[in-house]
Amino acid sequence: MANPGTALRTEVFETLHINTPATERRAATLAARRSLKKDHQAAWLLNAVRCIDLTTLAGDDTEDRVARLCAKARQPIAPDLLEAVGVTGLTTGAVCVYPTMVAAAKRALAGTAIPVASVATGFPAGLMPLDLRLAEIRYAVDQGADEIDIVITRAHVLRAEWTALYDELRAMREACGGAKMKAILATGDLKSLENVARASHVAMQAGSDWIKTSTGKEGVNATLPVSLVMCRAIRDYHVQTGHKVGFKPAGGLKTAKDAIAWQVLMAEELGRDWLRPDLFRIGASSLLGDIERQISHHVTGRYASAHRLSLA
Amino acid sequence: MSRVSEIMESMEYGPGIEDSSAARGWLAERGAFGHFIAGAFTAPGTTFTTRDPSTGEALAEVTQGTVDDIAAAVAAARKAQPGWAALGGHGRARFLYALARHVQKRERLLAVLETLDNGKPIRESKDIDVPLLARHFYHHAGWAELMESQFPGMSPLGVVGQIIPWNFPLLMLAWKVAPALAAGNTVVLKPAEYTALTALAFAEICREVGLPAGVVNIVTGDGATGAALVEAEVDKIAFTGSTEVGRLIAEMLSGTGRKLTLELGGKSPFIVMPDADLDAAVEGVVDSIWFNQGQVCCAGSRILVAEAVAGRFEALLKARMARLRVGAPLDKSTDVGAIVDPVQKDRILSICRAAVDAGAELVGGQAQEGCFIAPGYLRGVAPTNPGMSQEIFGPIATLSTFRTADEAIELANNTRYGLAASIWSESATVATDLAARVKVGVVWINCANLFDAAAPFGGYRESGYGREGGRAGMLDYLADAAPEAPAAAAPARQVAAPAIDRTMKLYLGGAQKRPDGGAMYAVPGGLAPVAGRKDVRNAVEAAAKAGKWAAMGGHARAQVLYYLAENLAARAGDLAARVGPAEAEAAVAIAFHFAAWADKFDGANVQAKPGHLVNVIPEPFGVIGLRCPDAQPLAGLLSLALPALAMGNAVVAVAAEADPLVLADLVQVLETSDLPGGALNILTGPADDLAAHLAAHEEVAAFWTAGGAGAAIDLAAAGSLKPVWHVPPRDWSAPVAQGEVFLRRAVQMKTVWLPYGALPAGAGGGAY
Repeated sequence: MANPGTALRTEVFETLHINTPATERRAATLAARRSLKKDHQAAWLLNAVRCIDLTTLAGDDTEDRVARLCAKARQPIAPDLLEAVGVTGLTTGAVCVYPTMVAAAKRALAGTAIPVASVATGFPAGLMPLDLRLAEIRYAVDQGADEIDIVITRAHVLRAEWTALYDELRAMREACGGAKMKAILATGDLKSLENVARASHVAMQAGSDWIKTSTGKEGVNATLPVSLVMCRAIRDYHVQTGHKVGFKPAGGLKTAKDAIAWQVLMAEELGRDWLRPDLFRIGASSLLGDIERQISHHVTGRYASAHRLSLA
Repeated sequence: MSRVSEIMESMEYGPGIEDSSAARGWLAERGAFGHFIAGAFTAPGTTFTTRDPSTGEALAEVTQGTVDDIAAAVAAARKAQPGWAALGGHGRARFLYALARHVQKRERLLAVLETLDNGKPIRESKDIDVPLLARHFYHHAGWAELMESQFPGMSPLGVVGQIIPWNFPLLMLAWKVAPALAAGNTVVLKPAEYTALTALAFAEICREVGLPAGVVNIVTGDGATGAALVEAEVDKIAFTGSTEVGRLIAEMLSGTGRKLTLELGGKSPFIVMPDADLDAAVEGVVDSIWFNQGQVCCAGSRILVAEAVAGRFEALLKARMARLRVGAPLDKSTDVGAIVDPVQKDRILSICRAAVDAGAELVGGQAQEGCFIAPGYLRGVAPTNPGMSQEIFGPIATLSTFRTADEAIELANNTRYGLAASIWSESATVATDLAARVKVGVVWINCANLFDAAAPFGGYRESGYGREGGRAGMLDYLADAAPEAPAAAAPARQVAAPAIDRTMKLYLGGAQKRPDGGAMYAVPGGLAPVAGRKDVRNAVEAAAKAGKWAAMGGHARAQVLYYLAENLAARAGDLAARVGPAEAEAAVAIAFHFAAWADKFDGANVQAKPGHLVNVIPEPFGVIGLRCPDAQPLAGLLSLALPALAMGNAVVAVAAEADPLVLADLVQVLETSDLPGGALNILTGPADDLAAHLAAHEEVAAFWTAGGAGAAIDLAAAGSLKPVWHVPPRDWSAPVAQGEVFLRRAVQMKTVWLPYGALPAGAGGGAY
């Protein structure tokens, strides 16, 4: 299932052209073209929950805080609500933390199949010596991380140093060992959609299992136009190599409506397979609360107040 | 397994049907519809059933308009018009603003009704048709407000008959009604028989806002009702529909002096260059031919893709097509709804069959149960294939390839139509060049089917004439101040006996030629050649080859025209000896005047949407035919020929028949003034016959007549749908023989859309 990558093949993206206004037009109508009501809406929202990398990446994280997050990952939606819609065994896609919190997360998730993802490589800026960044990956893997969310060196993209970017990502992939790798492109720093597409291709060629938009710390995080460009790169890579690479938007999804819009994007541009957690993750923290509120409304017909839903 | 769990496995969208109960309730309350005349609904007459094409369900009974109904509506409009015009711009603006607000407030009813009646997806009605409807009334409330300052000296035409099609019933209504009302006209509108309901809902809105009775009249019915409107005592007909019917209307109006604008069919090219964003281009196809079931006159229905990227483009296109959802129009997840009527469905399928019989391969495009056709395209289709030349008006494109940019343009322009083009290239250099060379009224660069009230819309060639939207659209609902009529009889001129016999010839392709028939006829002062059909042909051929003249640019053309003025001045004595000093002086003045204009009759950059550079560019027609006035042979000819030339047209002029000898002197001046051969061609002889031949020539793109035989010229021009300007008589040596009035008729507006953006929104970016 893992993406083995390919040699660096700049020719697949050197002649690539992306028209920004056209991409934005498509992104703007994508969600407007599809409607989800009632049971279908509930099902799509619960599917989004399955795909959430429930995340805490703050300077004040503690082990107890992480444990609380993990409890929410085990039981993302109140049991009575899930029972009412007849869904069992629902968890989030993963929990995502800093490397020093991996061990605490693993403990808190013991007995579940929920993977622990760790950011690494000098998250969020990534401007550390490569050996330290690789050492950080190894540390997180050593702590038990199942997935590593690495950040790329944005300078390599801005300077079109594709070999440097590829080699760095290859080394990181190597350091991940058995853990899966998500490559964060920090699209808010790359700015142009052509940069995003090129960085996506190099990241996939270097063996990333998912490509991810943002750290959540850039000025602009996941947007639909950027996501559309990355999904089209994933589609092209699949056609070229037969390998399926996953997509993870992060940092811009806050409402149930966002969750639907991004899933429609996946369904329309990539198809059903990309609505499963092995190929689609949503990096989010507050999104889950809004989804739970919508599910509560679906079940009870009333809008729930925030204090009646369990915190993460 | 619970229902929700099952859906979590299938991840299907499920139904999302828009609630139509309010619209159905609205229909039920009203029962059978009459017409809307003089501010009230008439009692229903003989009715026919209007249906939901997606189910065949009867929606309402609508009255078949009779000749009497039309007469009553026209009378009501006629009665209301002076008062409506007298309200002034601001007074009318208040009503147009109210209409804009009310259509916004009624957007749900209008959108659902439109989808029920027409079969278009509710998403399109809600997100495209109705917002554009409101936008159009807002924009024209503005033109009404500004009318006195922006169109000084102009006046409304009077009563306008408007006939609209079924593909965008509300939007076409807005395009017709808003500018007509803004300019001070009153209207009689005939909606299409398949889709009259939203027009009737609009009639109620007119009543709701207190629009004075008779300003808007709506008469429903089929083509017979439309024909009655064309034959009624109106001042103008504005028609949107098929080229066949447009031609018929032009023929019916021949010789009536009524104004006409036509927005007709198309087979618009969709050019994909090798450096295009192919995903964007594929999405452009979705927005073109798979929008509104392909029932879009300006749809990019002829996809021309560079061979270098054809394989990849088609793979992407096929994959995208497979994800389109055909289904119930009221379902919010439907991409392709119902064809408007089974008759249209059969028509689409029969053209597809003919295309396949002629060797094309149809990908997708299957007929489905009910009034549905899956999106598709014809591949392996040559220019000779009927699928490539006929307007299919359904969700079926053609896909063919080209090798180079020049071949792309050659293929793009290889059509009788000229409505729109969509051009896909990431090079601004390439895209803007193709935009300049494609013969169409609307160009969308890296986009498709974008509309805005500020952006003129309309065609070249057999896609019609006239514009809708913006300043150009307003001008089609306004009359110029009439010039003072010339003195009853031109003063007899002194013709000096020449010392040596003068030989006059035809002026063709920059050379003096004897007429094909060899005959001459007697004119004051000597003999003039009798031109015939073959001379007309040769003149048009020479004019068509004079493309260099347009390509020279305004400054170079100005230089030639100034030089012509200089040389006319040098020969003023000779000219005055033939036509008198006033006309000889006028000739110099006219040449100076239009030389001045040659580099100044500019287009505009209009405020359509942010992030879109929308340029409205005046372009020459190509070859313009002239029937010069009988009086003042020199000044008359120059007054018509020079504005046409200044704008880059080539001209074939039929000279004043009775007294053309002065033109022998003019030709000598022309020969010494650097005017490229073929730019101006002059024929003498039986003017009415020659004019009719010339007006019938398909290479002639526009015709102006300042002489007799108006009906014959109209009829001849109707065949290839060229606009005819009946130039009001005037004193051709007076200043009224100059001015922008002439330039406006010498160009057709091309609207070029260019969306820009280096970075996604929110990441920075400029705005024009």
